[in-house]
Amino acid sequence: MERELTLVVNGERRTVRVAPDTPLLYVLRDDLGLNGPRFGCGLEQCGACMVLRGAEAVTSCRLPVSEVGTAAITTVEGLASDGELHPVQRAFLELQAAQCGYCSSGMLISAAALLWRKPHPTDDEIRAALDGNLCRCGSHTRIVRAVQRAAQLMWEVEA
Amino acid sequence: MSGAASGSGSGWGSTRGRASFFGEPTTALDDRLAIAPDGHVTAYCGKVELGTGVRTALAQIVAEELDVPLDRVHMVLGDTGRTPNDGYTAGSMTIRRGGAALREAAAEARSALLDLAATHLVAPREALMVHDGTVSVRDDPACAVTYAELIGGRRFERTITGKAPTKSAADYHIVGIPAPRVDLEAKFTGQPAYVHDLRLPGMLHARVIRPPSPSATLEALDDSALRDATASGDVRVVRRGDFLAVVAEREFAAIRAAERLRPTWRATAQFPPFADLHDALRQSPTADQVVAEHGDVTAALQHAARRLEATYFQPFQAHASAGPSCAVADFRDGALTVWCSSQGVFALRDAIAELVELPPERVRLIHMEGAGAYGHNGADDVAADAAVLACELGRPIRVQWSRADEFAGEPKGPAMVMEAIGGLDANDTILAWEYQAWSPAHGNRPRAALDLLAGQLTRREVPTPRAFFGGGDRNAPTDYIVPNTRVTMHWLPREPLRTSSLRSLGGAANTFANESFMDELAAAAKTDPLEFRLRHLTDPRAHDVLRAAARRGDWGAPLPAGEGRGLAFARYENSEAYVAAVAHVRVNVSTGAIHLLQVTVAHDCGLIIDPDGVRNQIEGNVIQAASRALKEEVRFDATGVTSLDWQTYPILTFSEVPEVVIELIDRPDEPSVGAGEPATVTTAPAIANAIYAATGARLRQIPFTPERVLAALRPTGPR
Ligand code: FES
Ligand code: FES
Repeated sequence: MERELTLVVNGERRTVRVAPDTPLLYVLRDDLGLNGPRFGCGLEQCGACMVLRGAEAVTSCRLPVSEVGTAAITTVEGLASDGELHPVQRAFLELQAAQCGYCSSGMLISAAALLWRKPHPTDDEIRAALDGNLCRCGSHTRIVRAVQRAAQLMWEVEA
Repeated sequence: MSGAASGSGSGWGSTRGRASFFGEPTTALDDRLAIAPDGHVTAYCGKVELGTGVRTALAQIVAEELDVPLDRVHMVLGDTGRTPNDGYTAGSMTIRRGGAALREAAAEARSALLDLAATHLVAPREALMVHDGTVSVRDDPACAVTYAELIGGRRFERTITGKAPTKSAADYHIVGIPAPRVDLEAKFTGQPAYVHDLRLPGMLHARVIRPPSPSATLEALDDSALRDATASGDVRVVRRGDFLAVVAEREFAAIRAAERLRPTWRATAQFPPFADLHDALRQSPTADQVVAEHGDVTAALQHAARRLEATYFQPFQAHASAGPSCAVADFRDGALTVWCSSQGVFALRDAIAELVELPPERVRLIHMEGAGAYGHNGADDVAADAAVLACELGRPIRVQWSRADEFAGEPKGPAMVMEAIGGLDANDTILAWEYQAWSPAHGNRPRAALDLLAGQLTRREVPTPRAFFGGGDRNAPTDYIVPNTRVTMHWLPREPLRTSSLRSLGGAANTFANESFMDELAAAAKTDPLEFRLRHLTDPRAHDVLRAAARRGDWGAPLPAGEGRGLAFARYENSEAYVAAVAHVRVNVSTGAIHLLQVTVAHDCGLIIDPDGVRNQIEGNVIQAASRALKEEVRFDATGVTSLDWQTYPILTFSEVPEVVIELIDRPDEPSVGAGEPATVTTAPAIANAIYAATGARLRQIPFTPERVLAALRPTGPR
């Protein structure tokens, strides 16, 4: 049975009418019209559907929307602020760190969460943090470099 | 196999009965290029973007040849209603063929514009120059006219003769300069970028429920668990023949309904026991074809001082795109439009028209990107699913395959068996090389309704066995100088699993066999594998890539115990890019675990259009091919595929990917050839050879799992 639920997505309160067991992914894509979170497996195995819940990167493909509560949800659409792309987005662009790009939003979300946790990660820490994000195109080495570059960009901003 | 209905054939907008691999390109300039009143250029190409930056590379070619800024060029790709039919986007030929057609068109347009400008400025053509879409008189730059003023909004009415002068590579200032891809910002910021993101007003969501194998039949259908949802109209069950789907306003309702529907399938497919796959392939009836022969291999093998034999195995592998296939279809006013990520929208248009019984003129296919496909994945089949449902229901339909749908339904990269027999003479030079491969078809792209899963299920028919086998022999012949050789393909008209093209087709398996065998011969000759290869090659470009890879990959430098380096070389398709790879591995001899530390690639694909794009391609090829070599194998039981998710079909993860070191060799005076596949083929053999160098274990079966490493280390163990 459908129910009215209020979510906080990309800084805005959004009210939706959905079956409460609907996974967050479909609410974000189908009710709120977002594209960033992508369907990759629906099994919590690939990371394509990742979003930030607070500052933590989580998969959204099996997370019932009713369990989200008022936690702030951020998708790649909401990473930019004041019209300026987030450092991870700028770094991924600068390094052209994608091929098909289908995995990219999950990677960007994972990377953003990592850099909040750990502003200066080593390559191994980046690899470990992104291990739950699959990339079939083999963009891995570029993505690692892009995350390093993003760390630099964030640091430049702070300095 | 009958093709789709044939049309009048009066130009590319109409239909031909046969959708060929190469398409039916146009010679009318206006079909390729248009200049708007504001000076923007639109170029049309039937090729599609596969997530490799093709859109950008093609736009660069047009901008270069036409002398306009890159950001003024807009590419329209793969739309049966708008673009010429340039055949499939496959085989690394996008830049070469699509690019060549656009280059000629742009050169023709530039030439036409110079004619117009000469009249307009009352100056001889030779006195004119072009900069950023403005033609001026060289000695009087104020005397100028823009492309927009010359032709903006009007047609060229001119034929592409192929005779208009094109620039020489030395004059390029756009091609060859890394250009940021035009699509990435949208993808990184969540703008609509894929067919998955297309939402039409009134669109319904559908899921298909398929039997374990296409030849199974639907015996009974229990929809009791869905009764409430169907009664309230939230969910509809659609059945046509054995084609079964659920449709709902809400995507999650469709997903749940698909899980709750209980079909009973009668499976007739008899797959061979998984463990006997390769024997089954070898014992199947085949059509045999000698694809290369010179000298007298039989006699030479008899006279050889030393003779070596080895058999290699390639499993079924999946494209395993990161996003399962998706399509949207809309049927209204008697015409069907399908948005999908097919690599061959023209051929698929004909197949779908036949399937839904519409004249091809009433069917339009528009390419939108999917997740990277690397060949023929589920994109065509999902488009057919959406088409059938849209015609049935008269509402726009979005079909999203599940992860399991994709693994089960996508055509697989074929399993193969490769056997090599070699003979060395007294000086340890190769005297004879006999090669045989058993291979199902590598090219099964749809041309007719029965080539599509939806066609087989709605009609309850299976397609007749193939008569066309192209692709499995790719790189079956080597480029080594061997006086006596014979290469024989044993083609399998029927295969246990539905197969089609996967990146490099037979190139990966054949090069794995050939380059492993080359290493085995070098070992028998007690010669350094680099030295041994160089001795059997005369082409300087082959020497250059091998030496470059060896230099960058520290070939010959000492390593700790348990580590090794392996080398592999190929000229892709024996006529395209030259590539050499050095893999560096560490093997744990007690567990069999392989740690792939680094892969170094030297790559010569002629003139380089976009160096950063080529590097990105090579990195992708190497990592994906390493994943295929180390981990990937589609498993199945008697009735169907059992590798249905990322746990049962694991791929390489971040902590497992190697460093990739790349040396590009630019050849400005050689034609540009594709970079989308070559570095795939050398990866597996380089790794196998590295494992041998590290441990003495010779791995002849892909994937190189720890169990196989341990078995190879045990001298008396199974193969
Ligand atoms: S779609 Fe959620 S993890 Fe794959
Ligand atoms: S870029 Fe295609 S899946 Fe990662």
